[in-house]
Amino acid sequence: MAEIRVNHLKKNFGDFVAVRDSSFTVKHGEFFCLLGPSGCGKTTTLRMIAGLELPTDGEILLGGDDVTFRRASERDIAFVFQLFALYPHMNVRANIGFPLKCDGLSSAEIRRRVEETAQILRIADLLDKPVSGLSGGDRQRVALGRAIVRKPKAFLMDEPLGALDSEFRHVMCGELRALHNRLKATTVYVTHDQLEAMSMADTIAVMNNGLIEQLGSPREIYDRPASLFVADFIGSPSMNFLDTHAALASGASELNIDGTKVGIPAMRVSVSESDLVLGVRPEHVSLSDQSTLRGEVFGVEYLGTTQIVTVTTKRGMVRARISADMKASLGEHVGLSFRPEKLSVFDKSTGRVLKSALHEGGVHG
Amino acid sequence: MSARSSTAHSVVEPSSTSKLVASVLVVVYALVTMIPLFWIVVTSLKSPPDSISYPPKIVFTPTIEGYCNLFTNQTRQTPEFLATLPPATTACEKVTRERNMVIVGPSNFTKRFFNSLVIAFGSTALSVFLGTIAAYGFSRFKVPLKDDLLFFILSTRMMPPIAVAIPIYLMYRELGLSDTKIGMILLYTAVNVSLAVWLLKGFIDEIPREYEEAAMIDGYTRLQAFRKVVLPQATTGIVATAIFCMIFAWNEYAFAVLLTSGDAQPAPPFIPTIIGEGGMDWPAVGAGTSLFLIPILVFTILLRKHLLRGITFGAVRK
Repeated sequence: MAEIRVNHLKKNFGDFVAVRDSSFTVKHGEFFCLLGPSGCGKTTTLRMIAGLELPTDGEILLGGDDVTFRRASERDIAFVFQLFALYPHMNVRANIGFPLKCDGLSSAEIRRRVEETAQILRIADLLDKPVSGLSGGDRQRVALGRAIVRKPKAFLMDEPLGALDSEFRHVMCGELRALHNRLKATTVYVTHDQLEAMSMADTIAVMNNGLIEQLGSPREIYDRPASLFVADFIGSPSMNFLDTHAALASGASELNIDGTKVGIPAMRVSVSESDLVLGVRPEHVSLSDQSTLRGEVFGVEYLGTTQIVTVTTKRGMVRARISADMKASLGEHVGLSFRPEKLSVFDKSTGRVLKSALHEGGVHG
Repeated sequence: MSARSSTAHSVVEPSSTSKLVASVLVVVYALVTMIPLFWIVVTSLKSPPDSISYPPKIVFTPTIEGYCNLFTNQTRQTPEFLATLPPATTACEKVTRERNMVIVGPSNFTKRFFNSLVIAFGSTALSVFLGTIAAYGFSRFKVPLKDDLLFFILSTRMMPPIAVAIPIYLMYRELGLSDTKIGMILLYTAVNVSLAVWLLKGFIDEIPREYEEAAMIDGYTRLQAFRKVVLPQATTGIVATAIFCMIFAWNEYAFAVLLTSGDAQPAPPFIPTIIGEGGMDWPAVGAGTSLFLIPILVFTILLRKHLLRGITFGAVRK
């Protein structure tokens, strides 16, 4: 197991820039997620770490060694593909044992290691079956088996659950994380599914247009999004955005939205008069009759423990996640209030968040 | 079969009448296509007079004379000379003596047949080898002008090969490739390789590249990954391609007539030149043709499972 360090990685495909300038470190034993919409460069980044693509610029260090231009076969990493890539002309045993055969291990040793791996993944009964008849989940387990059997320096996974149906994906999420807890293997996991990333990762890198927008723990990324993109991409339903035009002094803790003063975390920077965006998570919105920020209830989605109430305001739709026992009926005029300490203010032109007390750690509940 | 056809996948079960009609049609078609083959085999077992009798004889006494004439050179002798010879030991000698002839040695047929085998298998192996690596390259790598190159390769099939017979004849004479087996192998390979590249590219395109990438990550070089992962999965395509190449090289006549006369001559130009006393020796020609059919028949039967999958590739999504 080893640490993966990526410095100023760039990749162009002709005129298309797939990865602009990525730098990050995956700590020894960490479960690291590259999360982003399709085409954001996350898979290209992973393939460069694997050695399946060569970077245009930048360097990749694996356990301290510069492997930037080394062949995939000389990097000692394992890769799990989205479509599993199980060799169809071999049975399960041969598939899992394939990397060991390449290392020139004795057949007794291969047998022992393959069986040990199959035990871990609970597929020992499938060992002598052909891979063609396996279910999606079992194929996925065999693909994982082929990765872990070799005890490589790191695991790279490219949307390994993407081909499974959503119900089963959830089960495999749990299994993958349990496997990681057991093996403590450095893992880089690529996905476009925020739930997968949030539920499994120690650290998430949110990518967009070839750039890493934010790097942090799932909690940090959810609670303190660094940019409008991250704020919008993470969370379901996504964050509410309210446009406004204002100047903020350092230390200010109020923002004027349509004449209503909305409390915000104390600013740590000052901005001159400019377009700003207030970001509010639906669970930080509550319906209150006193508020002067008003709107009309447009829709109600009942979700069991909570309900999502959509309110049309002068500044667009605002979604509120409120307790399911509260009553909200269509067409009703309601006031909206926000939890001040949880709000983010973004600079609309750069898309970046403005530093405030929110970013000083220890924000709970 | 009945269990499978009753599953939800079958569209409409054909009625027994239409099945019967289909079977009859297939049998009739098979019989019609078999008639020339049947006639060739029957002719090979006739005596020369029977083979040219009119109306054609369906009922006759079979003889191995055709095969004897095919494999041996004979000369006519007087009955007095024949009487001085020791009694005939082989069946062929007996048949020959009855016609006042003696065997003076083996004919060239065996050599010609062997030439055919060498040329056909040699050019097939070379075409498939070159085709596979070229197709892999086109399928997997960024080749500059890839589409133009592929079109150029295909365009070599757009004219009948015989259109370039004269230039090739002159070129081969200059290069000393006339009447050599290697010359014929190169020529047939040149004709077949475009077919091989195109067919195999289709097959290799269908093999996901993740397989090789997985193998390369598992510690194999690209060449090893190609051998251990791509080749086993391309077997069907390789076999189908080999059969097509083989059939062409085995049956080719025009270039064989033009470019070979002696040492390297394969069987097709040789067989029609078998002349016995007083004209074409039809039973010998029939015998030669019958034997000539056997290798390609065996080759195709052995690989027919792949051939069927090969020619329908792409039609069915797995």
